[in-house]
Amino acid sequence: MKIRTLEQLLVLERELRAVHDHKPCVRVCGGTGCRARGSEDVLARFQELLEQKGLRGSIELKFTGCHGLCERGPLVSIAPSEVFYQSVEADDVAAIVGETLEHDRVIERLLASDPVTGARVRREQELPFYRRQHRIVLRLNGVIDPLDIREYLAFGGYQALAKTLERSTPEEVIEIIERSGLRGRGGAGFPTGKKWRLARAAKGTIKYVICNGDEGDPGAFMDRSLLEGNPHSVLEGMIIGAYAVGATRGIIYVREEYPLAVRTLRVALEQAREYGFLGETIFGSPFSFDIEIVRGAGAFVAGEETALIAAVEGRVSEPRQRPPYPVERGVWGCPTVINNVETWANVPLIIEHGPDWFASLGTATSKGTKIFSLVGKIRNTGLVEIPMGMTVRELVEEIGGGPPPSREIKAVQIGGPSGGCLPKDLFDLPIDYESLGEAGAMMGSGGLIVMDDRTCMVDVARYFMDFLRDESCGKCLPCREGTNRMYELLTRICEGRATESDLDLLEELAQVVKETSLCGLGQTASNPVLTTLRYFRSEYEAHVREHRCPARVCKALIRYVIMADRCTGCLACLSPCPSQAITGQLKQPHVIDQNRCLKCGLCLEVCQFGAVEVV
Amino acid sequence: MTRLFINGIETEVPEGTSVLEAAQSLGAEIPTLCSYPGLSAYGACRLCVVEVGDPRSGPTKLVSACTYPVQEGLRVRTHSPRVERARKMLIELLLSICPSSKRIQDLAAEYQVERVRFPVRDERCILCGLCVRMCAEQMMARAIGFAHRGYRRKVTTPFDLRSEVCRLCGGCLYVCPVCELRCQGPEAPDPICGSCQAPTCLSAREDLSGAWEVTGGDSVRIKAPREAGKRSAGGVP
Amino acid sequence: MQEIEAIIERYGAERRHAISILQDIQARFHYLPKDALRHVAARLRIPLMDLYSLATFYNCFSLTPRGEHVIQVCLGTACHLKGGTRLVEALERELGVREEEVTPDGRLSFKTVRCLGACALAPLVVIDERYHPKMTQRKLTQILARLRRVREPAEAAR
Repeated sequence: MKIRTLEQLLVLERELRAVHDHKPCVRVCGGTGCRARGSEDVLARFQELLEQKGLRGSIELKFTGCHGLCERGPLVSIAPSEVFYQSVEADDVAAIVGETLEHDRVIERLLASDPVTGARVRREQELPFYRRQHRIVLRLNGVIDPLDIREYLAFGGYQALAKTLERSTPEEVIEIIERSGLRGRGGAGFPTGKKWRLARAAKGTIKYVICNGDEGDPGAFMDRSLLEGNPHSVLEGMIIGAYAVGATRGIIYVREEYPLAVRTLRVALEQAREYGFLGETIFGSPFSFDIEIVRGAGAFVAGEETALIAAVEGRVSEPRQRPPYPVERGVWGCPTVINNVETWANVPLIIEHGPDWFASLGTATSKGTKIFSLVGKIRNTGLVEIPMGMTVRELVEEIGGGPPPSREIKAVQIGGPSGGCLPKDLFDLPIDYESLGEAGAMMGSGGLIVMDDRTCMVDVARYFMDFLRDESCGKCLPCREGTNRMYELLTRICEGRATESDLDLLEELAQVVKETSLCGLGQTASNPVLTTLRYFRSEYEAHVREHRCPARVCKALIRYVIMADRCTGCLACLSPCPSQAITGQLKQPHVIDQNRCLKCGLCLEVCQFGAVEVV
Repeated sequence: MTRLFINGIETEVPEGTSVLEAAQSLGAEIPTLCSYPGLSAYGACRLCVVEVGDPRSGPTKLVSACTYPVQEGLRVRTHSPRVERARKMLIELLLSICPSSKRIQDLAAEYQVERVRFPVRDERCILCGLCVRMCAEQMMARAIGFAHRGYRRKVTTPFDLRSEVCRLCGGCLYVCPVCELRCQGPEAPDPICGSCQAPTCLSAREDLSGAWEVTGGDSVRIKAPREAGKRSAGGVP
Repeated sequence: MQEIEAIIERYGAERRHAISILQDIQARFHYLPKDALRHVAARLRIPLMDLYSLATFYNCFSLTPRGEHVIQVCLGTACHLKGGTRLVEALERELGVREEEVTPDGRLSFKTVRCLGACALAPLVVIDERYHPKMTQRKLTQILARLRRVREPAEAAR
């Protein structure tokens, strides 16, 4: 049933909303984190019980996209009473149905607790984790069923598209985006309006818009959560963008590691076509447009624009130098706009609420919000959305909840392998493109990893370099050879075999790799090295001069010892040890033979008395 | 016609010319390894980097001249200190991979690269891709190409097996910048023949999967042709 | 070969579908057999070398068969910080093979992946598509023992 006018959409919205606002609803979070903890079982149990009790007709049950507070999953929220439950197991479902759904009684032990007062809170907004966020792009994650387009429509979905096609010229749309100040959310922060304007002006009858869903940064799952939780927001953005730019074809490039995102998108595309939002003469206008999905095959470099184009064309993801830029010559030589998932998802909001509203959020140069995946050594790991300009400290302490007990936060890593590490004395920096760039880091796609005093910054640099040399396409010498040589040097440092001049060589090489590499991967590959050298040089020096790893991580420089005063002689660590390095008798303190010890850490895992120490 | 400035000298060249061609037409000597007249520009060796941009109006950057099209008003410096520093390091990297190549040694002498601070691997290939492009573009054969990625990248035939489409034209030997030896026939007198990528060498046997060895987890070593032909355990079935 | 044909028909015999076609072959056979690649090259009318480049460039393709049970260890940043590398070493020790190699009985192989998007559950191990959060070396040993004993894949990975 094709929708042809804005009026029809508004009527439909009212109808659907009426149902939604009055019918009680249970929302089980279907984000990856929650699924991994068994939210599918929780969902199944709800289905079973609601069937049994004949409640399926009167209570809605939805499996939503990522709700954000991954640390406390599986999450279940109940509407309209706004009860928010965490760490829900299948066994808890009976109680929830019986108490909360049938009798409006809250189950205390399933509620979240306020980190400061310790008191249980009923609504998610009462938690600083949610209260301090500004969830606009993510507003429907955790609320709607991503596999049903009508849920998106119930919340005003596709009205921005209708208004655009009925009231604005493509030129006007570009002006709106330019005025909003929206910048690419994939990492580089290029002004989106400018990109669209260039593509519109480019010569060519066939043009493409592409959604970059390659999200290769290890530790980032923002785009995934959008694609799986609210796919239509991305589609609507792309359709509006295609209209503005004059494109007739769209491609969503999704990495193959996200099969659920691919499946969700396929359903969403089908439904969008059914309703007439994709296909011929959309909303009765002369504008026709459709989207196909292209799956990635596993290469981080494919996230780079020209490499992505190569992959779409069926070739290996080798980047090429620019100019010409994709907006002039992209896929099969046609002008192509490539934008990140999150960028596209912002577009309908900007059209709906206006560019000035968007520009009122954030800072002078970085408008709007940014979604981050907040992970690592932090209490509240998960998916968060904050206004640009919030300080790192606020994000880490207020939203993240600070470090786990008896740990201290040392640094945050922003921007993945292309980004950098910021030490804690820079935590008052605002999160925006310019400030982070000046500090040597990069906004990146949104991965934010918190590191504590037991994280070795040299090991972190080495980890990223291992990743980069593996993912380098291998075309250009500085990246291919340079990342490998940097990895070699970092390994020597971690193993205590390096000299002072190795540090100088590392820095020199890093500089040349940065300046001469062909594409963004190589050009930013040095960032982890350069930022850790800049802010954590003392750790490097400890490794080199004292053969010591201050964080006690680097295997060659640490030893596992059993503290005699804490060892109870229980023999538990003897047999699991893979190299039989531990000797000891019952009730006698055990001893690790350092010559046999593999430093695997099993004894530390096994010991119930905390007698194993890393020195 | 496009007007640009190379080392301060104004010049006019047809639209679509590369900065490398424009600079060469002015007599500027820019080192190259992966470019060859008649083959498509690749921009892999990065030796031809030049500094573009006007420092008075913004940051400048290094780009490979062979793949950078001329632009109206572009300011190019082919031998600025930044460029020289970059080239020196690139040559040092090249020397650490291919120390016995005369061409690279000459470059080292020219740029005064006197030491190699990286552990040396004695290889025969710098992955410039000239042989691949020769085979694809001039011979239309695509008998050889790149396999794998990153530091594991190598030039080879499908499955490391003797090529069914190679016409033994010798174009790949001819165009290779780093090894100057010629094929010494089916019974090469010594293992430092090095002039060919083993897959197309006459002296190689059917299964060449044993010709490549990953040593130490970090580097790939090309064995001499005489060692090739041994069946390696767990290789291609 | 019929199955290969069917896969090619599904997308169309054009170069731009090469990756999708190879992905479906990989999913069906758990690796890319040489003959399959030869057939696809002939049907798509592209050089075999191009397919070999694709097959060796991307992570999702394997030219040698993977094990009956595939164990994926996530080495994303969060998982690395929480000891993912130790799990890889434990697997190497217990299985006696390195990444992407199959145990002699053909039952088990493992590979590392970078970020599956469940960072709150680091370190993460996925076995036959089932997620195992906050994995420890001991838990891993137990699971491996079960996988080796039991012939039913679904049972073993629980």
